[in-house]
Amino acid sequence: MNAPLKNTYAWPDEQGRFGPYGGRFVPETLMPLIHELDAAYKAAKADPSFQEELDGYLKYYVGRESPLYHAERLTEHFGGARVWLKREDLNHTGAHKINNCMGQILLARRMGKTRIIAETGAGQHGVASATVCARFGLPCTVYMGAVDVERQQPNVFRMKLLGAEVSAVTAGAATLKDAMNEAMRDWVTNVEDTYYIIGTAAGPAPYPEMVRDFQSVIGKEIKAQSLAQMGHLPNAVVACIGGGSNAIGAMHPFVNDESVRLIGVEAAGHGLDVDNGHAASLKGGRPGVLHGNRTYLLQDADGQILEGHSISAGLDYPGIGPEHAWLNDLGRGEYRSTTDDEALDAFQMISKLEGIIPALEPSHALARAGEIAREVGKGGDIVVVLSGRGDKDIFTVAKHLGVEL
Amino acid sequence: MTTSRIDARFAKLKAENRAGFVPFVMTGDPSREEALEILKGLPEAGADIIEVGLAFSDPMAEGPPVQRAAQRGLKAGMTLRGTMDLVAEFRKTDQDTPVILMGYLNPVESYGYARFAKEAAEAGIDGLISVDCPPEEAADLAAAMDAEQLSLIRLATPTSDDARLEVIARGTSGFIYYVSVAGVTGVKEAQAASVAPAVARVRKATGLPVAVGFGIKTPERAAEIARVSDAVVVGSALVDEVAAALEAGEPAVPRVLAKVRTLSDAVRNARN
Repeated sequence: MNAPLKNTYAWPDEQGRFGPYGGRFVPETLMPLIHELDAAYKAAKADPSFQEELDGYLKYYVGRESPLYHAERLTEHFGGARVWLKREDLNHTGAHKINNCMGQILLARRMGKTRIIAETGAGQHGVASATVCARFGLPCTVYMGAVDVERQQPNVFRMKLLGAEVSAVTAGAATLKDAMNEAMRDWVTNVEDTYYIIGTAAGPAPYPEMVRDFQSVIGKEIKAQSLAQMGHLPNAVVACIGGGSNAIGAMHPFVNDESVRLIGVEAAGHGLDVDNGHAASLKGGRPGVLHGNRTYLLQDADGQILEGHSISAGLDYPGIGPEHAWLNDLGRGEYRSTTDDEALDAFQMISKLEGIIPALEPSHALARAGEIAREVGKGGDIVVVLSGRGDKDIFTVAKHLGVEL
Repeated sequence: MTTSRIDARFAKLKAENRAGFVPFVMTGDPSREEALEILKGLPEAGADIIEVGLAFSDPMAEGPPVQRAAQRGLKAGMTLRGTMDLVAEFRKTDQDTPVILMGYLNPVESYGYARFAKEAAEAGIDGLISVDCPPEEAADLAAAMDAEQLSLIRLATPTSDDARLEVIARGTSGFIYYVSVAGVTGVKEAQAASVAPAVARVRKATGLPVAVGFGIKTPERAAEIARVSDAVVVGSALVDEVAAALEAGEPAVPRVLAKVRTLSDAVRNARN
């Protein structure tokens, strides 16, 4: 039996804050829109027909629910708790990102918006945004750092095939944070008709809450599947974190279940001790304000934002969703990190042991799965979110392994 | 004491029946020495109030000109403390022209609100415009600024309705900065026809003087806006002069000050 539920966690508050984190730090031009979006989301959330419509698309278009798969060979290899993989890689478009995009585009339609913008790092959120825009016939502009455009060519081509315009951002370090700046600039310029689909559980309120809610389908399914397949709740839920949307979606439905450890894995890049060589905002950053919210950030002594580094374009972000910042401070979430090299090892190991090529992002979570399985021990169960498939990463991995394709 | 520098300046402008000219220059652009020289030359070139941009790595409301200026400032090694030092040196030569810092919240938050306000007051700074800190998030910063009698200048925009203007006006002082276009700095052009009624609305709702900025590039446009507002802010067109000077291999200081003179003359004579 699990400990009785303690239903005490109910963040964010009215100001969109998670403790001291979150909030709405945007230029004044956007404030009326942010309030309008907040009201529209609250109304949609309270409307059963909205959830019903979303459920329909998630089932028949996205292909949910995604399986909770018992990874027997991995379990045997680790020699600890049973390891289960939540197969978000089997969703349409190959990652968890579409859960959120489907929710947000239905909201955009409800609000009468006629143009969609999005930012993307690895390209997964860009592809998911382009996909739902194609499905609903809305024009879509995706902002992507020029460096990411270079290292994620297959996804760039996918977005174009889907009819989206991909705008390469050359400002700053030309990665995800700069793409987000550029999307904000577009939004502030086109306030009347444009809806901004933020891809992670960060940004000004209500985005962190809204993206979490849309991604919570992951955790709700894990919960029901665990009860059906294990007969009890898992001992731990493990997920990778860039901005942290798959992690918060997996964790949030368990936040009041004290027996379930919630473990997020940040990208340690070249190592946490390497200056500006990692993307671990919680373990290697400090609180500040960027992109509409207060959260942990990679920054220098003067408060200038650092670029960070990760082999994974999807984790290469100097911030983290504000709810993770709060769960970290509360001690409810445990946060660890994985280096580039460890992620590459896990990538290859899962491919060989389970016949599943994971994306580099969840490879970071999988790299910590062994130690967590052993901590929990035999007889226990851990769930690792396999947030996306690795096809997009084969060129990056080949390059690191010195293989010419 | 320090807030009154802004009030005194607007009282003087009113007495002279003219709008003020407010140049925006980026800290440390193109170098610390040249930025200081520009600052010192601004009052003589016709600046009534000076805005000094705080360089930030991620300026999400800026168009390319100010983004590049911020990059130059950062490259020149400017920090928040360095900018306060710059203003302190300027103050040795000018005690009357209000100086407002304009930038993003994180460097100020990183420095600490109270420490920032105290040191800013000591440096002779009169106020702060924090682009990404709306009233809803400004309580702690406003308290720190109030304690040092510094103005936290608020922004109003084309998207601000009357209810929103009430929120913006609450607990502010100095003046209101009206962002004349929905967009980033230095891209769209401000239209006097739509600015006039907006300024009147903002004045009525807030009871404060209204400075208008974003999208004002030419003397003609500056003069038009000067006829319907209390002050005209020009930024991108000035930092573009720095960029052009660098490109041409010319000294930046005279070029920027010449542009300021042209614009301030246009503003000064607009109501004649």
